[in-house]
Amino acid sequence: MKWIDEFRDKTIVKALVSEIKKISKTPIRLMEVCGGHTMAIHRFGIQQLLPSTIELLSGPGCPVCVTDQRYIDHAIALARHTDVIVATFGDLIRVPGSSSSLEKERSMGADVRIFVSPVDAVDVAKENPLKKVVFLGIGFETTTPTIAMSILQAYNEDVLNYYVLSAHKIMPPAMRAIIDENIRINGYICPGHVSSISGIGIYSEFPEKYGVSAVVSGFEPIDILQSILMSVHQLESNKPRVENQYNRFVQPQGNLVAQQIVSTVFSPIDTYWRGIGMIPLSGLSLNSTFAQHIAEQNIEVDIEPLKISSGCICGDILRGLKRPTDCPLFATVCSKENPVGACMVSNEGACAAYYLYEQ
Amino acid sequence: MKGRVPPIIYMNSDRSTIKLDHGSGGTQSHELIEGLFRKRFSVNQNLLMSPDASPFIIGGQKLRVTTDSYVVDPLFFQGGNIGTLAVCGTINDLAVSGAVPKALTCGFILEEGFPLSDLELIVDTMAELSKRLGVPIIAGDTKVVDKGKVDGCFINTTGIGLEREDSGHVSLGDQVIEGDVVILSGPMGDHGMTIMSARHGLDLSHQLSSDCAPLYAMISAILNEHASDVRFMRDATRGGVATVCCEWVEDRTLGIELMEDHLPVRESVRGICEILGIDPLYVANEGRMVIIAASAAADRILSILHSFPEGEGAAIIGTVQKISPSRVVLRTTFGSSRFLSMLSGSQLPRIC
Repeated sequence: MKWIDEFRDKTIVKALVSEIKKISKTPIRLMEVCGGHTMAIHRFGIQQLLPSTIELLSGPGCPVCVTDQRYIDHAIALARHTDVIVATFGDLIRVPGSSSSLEKERSMGADVRIFVSPVDAVDVAKENPLKKVVFLGIGFETTTPTIAMSILQAYNEDVLNYYVLSAHKIMPPAMRAIIDENIRINGYICPGHVSSISGIGIYSEFPEKYGVSAVVSGFEPIDILQSILMSVHQLESNKPRVENQYNRFVQPQGNLVAQQIVSTVFSPIDTYWRGIGMIPLSGLSLNSTFAQHIAEQNIEVDIEPLKISSGCICGDILRGLKRPTDCPLFATVCSKENPVGACMVSNEGACAAYYLYEQ
Repeated sequence: MKGRVPPIIYMNSDRSTIKLDHGSGGTQSHELIEGLFRKRFSVNQNLLMSPDASPFIIGGQKLRVTTDSYVVDPLFFQGGNIGTLAVCGTINDLAVSGAVPKALTCGFILEEGFPLSDLELIVDTMAELSKRLGVPIIAGDTKVVDKGKVDGCFINTTGIGLEREDSGHVSLGDQVIEGDVVILSGPMGDHGMTIMSARHGLDLSHQLSSDCAPLYAMISAILNEHASDVRFMRDATRGGVATVCCEWVEDRTLGIELMEDHLPVRESVRGICEILGIDPLYVANEGRMVIIAASAAADRILSILHSFPEGEGAAIIGTVQKISPSRVVLRTTFGSSRFLSMLSGSQLPRIC
């Protein structure tokens, strides 16, 4: 299949692996910060192909995993309102809140609907004028433009019963926080989709300030292996820089139209990341022009007191300090069927990847 | 209190309500069946042993019985309708357990307001198939419920068959030995992705069609020649090929190794799976089966499969090994490997 098979070609994979083995001398740790990369690395068994000098780590790249539990509790409180339709991306519905999950609320009668495109949720708002449709806006640079579009559409068409509960996040501040916390990494495998929106310039501080390599990567085995090879080249020659492996898709300047739409609708704010804590200017909230679409300001709810389940080490896993198999709950109390932490719930979470492919 | 059924722990997920995942054919369905139904219904451990069609004996005659309910959404899709599934699905369950299908019953639950013309189309399909396959529908029931209480039309069919003298072993698969090969009877994922495309409003009707088909004739041709070489058969419905393999390896000293290179998948199905992030190994089929057979007979079994239209594209996809007991290992195209687990959560509910 075109665009797939050539990036999974056995001969090229072997050639890349042997080149990596040839030039890799110093032990390095590379962190990916995209759930798509986490899954691809485990699905294709990439770590098994690499020499022992290269260690791959998963960072805070899964939008569901880094979403604060208080946000989930807020969404659950909204779902309990009889006049609210909660609109969400699929992964969120299983994430456990303090005492429930959206899936559980749905099985008890809450109106929770899964959408692929937020713009479709605006149509649902139009069809249900007596209901309040709240879209759960989570995700990084990649998903934010689609939510921004839905808000613009609702605003332009006076769909006053469409709201967004925003927990959007921006990637570079989290990548910075990881390094500032003294977590030892030598290079970042940078997220391909995020970069397609924001461009590759957003990573320049990492080589310049921290001496960390930054290679924007695609998602097929050859993309990932080539990105690893580029990182090894940079680090072995002690010339860390931003490079774009995914240039068939990522323009250096990114998608200017999408950037424009996002900056029209959102502004940066400090926000809380599960496992990492508060990171300055790492989140996005709706601009005051769109205040009528902000769920928090327009729909009053009682949010239950926060209750964090003990024992789960999602936080350490998200920061690359520990591996899923280090968690005492992994595959015992916490499983794909009965997830305790968000890293197990999300299809892009590190624990889910280990659980599905490695345990 | 005497005589009261003691409470049991039957699900490791939240216990208070039924979730859609309990009907997915994966881990949660398994837990519900094992922990609730089988525990309460099984008066004799030998009963309810087979996941497809259960054996029982009347007057010395070995019979098999199976029952299945059909709730597919949409009711009509490229390559068939709910009636096609209701007849083929139940007959296939009998056939893969080594039985000769003899009779069907059917129960309809209809929603008030359901178009009679649609019902006629469904019933015509069922009648035509039952006639063509020589398996009469001998009893039936109809219930109509208030609008909104079911979604259009749900069908239950029960099938009864006579167990073949030579094939009672194929549903359990306990005669499988190391070195046996795993055969898949055709490209995987056609049915599931047809339904999913219809549900998502992706118009791919010219490229996709459900694989739903009766497998009895093909199975019969194989068993007539190779009853002892066929060690295990199972239709790969909900949960897909991976789930069938995972169910078989459970609690065994043997495991299965599948070769990614050898898995037959149509380009159209692969393309949509890639876009939607779905693994075709877990996608439902309605006319595909997994056969574990003696390696010496594999080529002959393949050529029999290839002589039927529903066996076109059949391939050897793996082997039975003992390196990883109780596990299914997928050997990737470039030599790395990963484990396959049972489907967890529903990729898409109401697929059949």
